[in-house]
Amino acid sequence: MKQVVHILNKELKDYFISPIAYIVIAIFLLVTGWFFFTTFFLYNQADLRNFFNLLPITFSFVIPAITMRLFSEELGIGSYEILRTLPVTFRDIVIGKFLAGVLLIAAALIPTLSYPVFIAFLGQLDWGPVAGGYLGAVLLGAAFTAVGLFASSLTRNQIIAFIVGAIICFSLTLVDQMLFFFPRSTLGLIGYLGADFHFKNIARGVIDSRDILYFFSIIFIGLYCANLALREKE
Amino acid sequence: MIHVENLTKYYNAFCAVDHISLDIHKGEILGLLGPNGAGKTTTLRMLTGYFMPTSGTIRVKDHTIDENPLEIKKLIGYLPESAPLYHNMLVYDYLDYIARIRGLDRNQKSARIRFLADTCGLNSVMHFPINDLSKGLRQRVGLAHAMMSDPEILVLDEPTSGLDPNQIVEIRDIIRQIGKEKTVILSTHILREAEATCDRVVIINQGKIVADDLTENLKKSAGKERVIHISLLNADRNAVEAQLMTIDGIIGIEPRADADGGKLDIRLTCQPAADMRENIYKAIKKTDWILIEFYQETKDLETVFRELTKEN
Repeated sequence: MKQVVHILNKELKDYFISPIAYIVIAIFLLVTGWFFFTTFFLYNQADLRNFFNLLPITFSFVIPAITMRLFSEELGIGSYEILRTLPVTFRDIVIGKFLAGVLLIAAALIPTLSYPVFIAFLGQLDWGPVAGGYLGAVLLGAAFTAVGLFASSLTRNQIIAFIVGAIICFSLTLVDQMLFFFPRSTLGLIGYLGADFHFKNIARGVIDSRDILYFFSIIFIGLYCANLALREKE
Repeated sequence: MIHVENLTKYYNAFCAVDHISLDIHKGEILGLLGPNGAGKTTTLRMLTGYFMPTSGTIRVKDHTIDENPLEIKKLIGYLPESAPLYHNMLVYDYLDYIARIRGLDRNQKSARIRFLADTCGLNSVMHFPINDLSKGLRQRVGLAHAMMSDPEILVLDEPTSGLDPNQIVEIRDIIRQIGKEKTVILSTHILREAEATCDRVVIINQGKIVADDLTENLKKSAGKERVIHISLLNADRNAVEAQLMTIDGIIGIEPRADADGGKLDIRLTCQPAADMRENIYKAIKKTDWILIEFYQETKDLETVFRELTKEN
C-alpha cells in the first residue's frame, strides 16, 4: 500500500511539474465551458444537464490524452525496467498510476464547481442532480482512466496508446446510440454496455447500484487487462 | 549467495539463454563476458526479476524468483544497460523517489542521498533534470540509484559503456570499493575491464557458459600453443623457414614480408611444453640476420575470449 502512494505521488508530481496537467485542464475547461454556456441562456433553465451530457464525449478524448504516457513513456525510454526491478508488485504499479490519472481528472473537475455555484444565484438549482452528476463524472473518469491505462500498457508509442484509448472510450460512449446496427436479441446487452446510458442515470440524481456496478466493472476489467498486458512482457 | 540452475530463456523460438548454472558467492565481483547478443543482459534481467525464466531456478539466499520475487528485488540493486532513468525528473527528486520506494525512512534517506551524491560525484548536478545530464553523469546517477538501499547484491549491466577513460577509471574504483563488502555482478564486453575489476569471470557465448573460473586461472589456461613473434632485417624468407624448421618443437611458421625496409615478420607456433626462445635465438645468432623484434605472445583474457567465442 505504501508503494502505491509513492508511485501515485511520483506520477502526480510528473503531471503537475510538466505542462501536461495544465494544458489538459485548460482544454477541458474551454471545451466544456464553451459548449455549456453558449446554449445555457437559450434554455433558460437553472440546471447543469447540458454540461453533464457533454462530459462522456469530452472525456473520451481528454482522458486518453492524460493516460497515454503512463506506461508508453516508461516502455519507450526503458525506465519500466527500473520500475519492475524495484520492490513493487504489478498491482502497486497499476493502481498507483490509475489513481494518479483519476486525481488529475478530479482536479480538472474542481474548477467546474463554480458553474453550479454561479447558477444557484440565477435561479432555483436542484442540487440532487448536481451531486449525482459529479459522482457520475468521477466514476466515468475513473472508468475511462482504467481503459486508457490499458491502452497505454499495450505499446511504447504514446500516439498509438492515445488512439486506441480514444477509440475504446468513444465506442463505450456511443454504442447505445448505434443500437440499430445490432440484431434485436442483443440490444439489451449492448445497451447495458453504453457508458453514456449509465452516466446519465446517475447524473439525473438516481443512484442505482447497477450503474455503480457497471463503472466498477469497467475499472476492474481495464486494470486487470493492463495487468495482463504488462505480465505478457516478461 | 546466489544459486542459478538450468536457467533458460526463450524469446518465441529463439533461445537467448540456454541452461545456465551458476553459483555466486558473497563478496565476489563476478564479470559476465560475451560477445553482443550472447545472453548477458537477458541473464541479468532474469536475475533481477525483470524477465521470468522459461525454465530453471534462481535462488537468492532463501528466496526463489518465482515464489518470492519481491524479497529478491529488495536484496538487489540494479543498474540496467544505458541507465534508462526518468528523463524529466530532477536528480534529487529521482533519488528521493527511489529512496522512498526502497523503504528508507526520513533520516536514513537524507543521509543516504548525501552519501551517494558524494560517492558518485553528483553534488553539483542534484538540481538538474536528468535529461540535461551527460551520458557519464547519467550513468553515475544510475549507480547511485542502484546503491540506494545499500543492497547486498549489486547487478550492473555494462556500467562503463559510453564513458570517457577518466570516468571509466572512477566507476571502476567505485565498483571495486563496493566489491569489498558486497557481491557485485557486472556484464561487459570490454575485456580489460573484466581483468581489472573482477575476481571471477564467466564467459557466455550463444546463451551457454563456455568458461567459468577465477580471472587468474582463466588467463593461465589461455592458448594451447605458445606463439612467438620475430621481426628480422636482411633476411630471406625461404632461408629463414629452412633455418627455423630445424628446431624441434616448432609447429608452424608464417612469414610475412613487409614492404618498407625489407622487414620480415614471422609468427612461430610452438608446442606448449617448453620455452623455445633460447633455441630460436641461438639459431638466429648463427646467421647474419638482424633481429629487431622478438617476443612471446602474452596470454590474456582476450586470447581466451576469442578462442572460446569464435564462430566455429
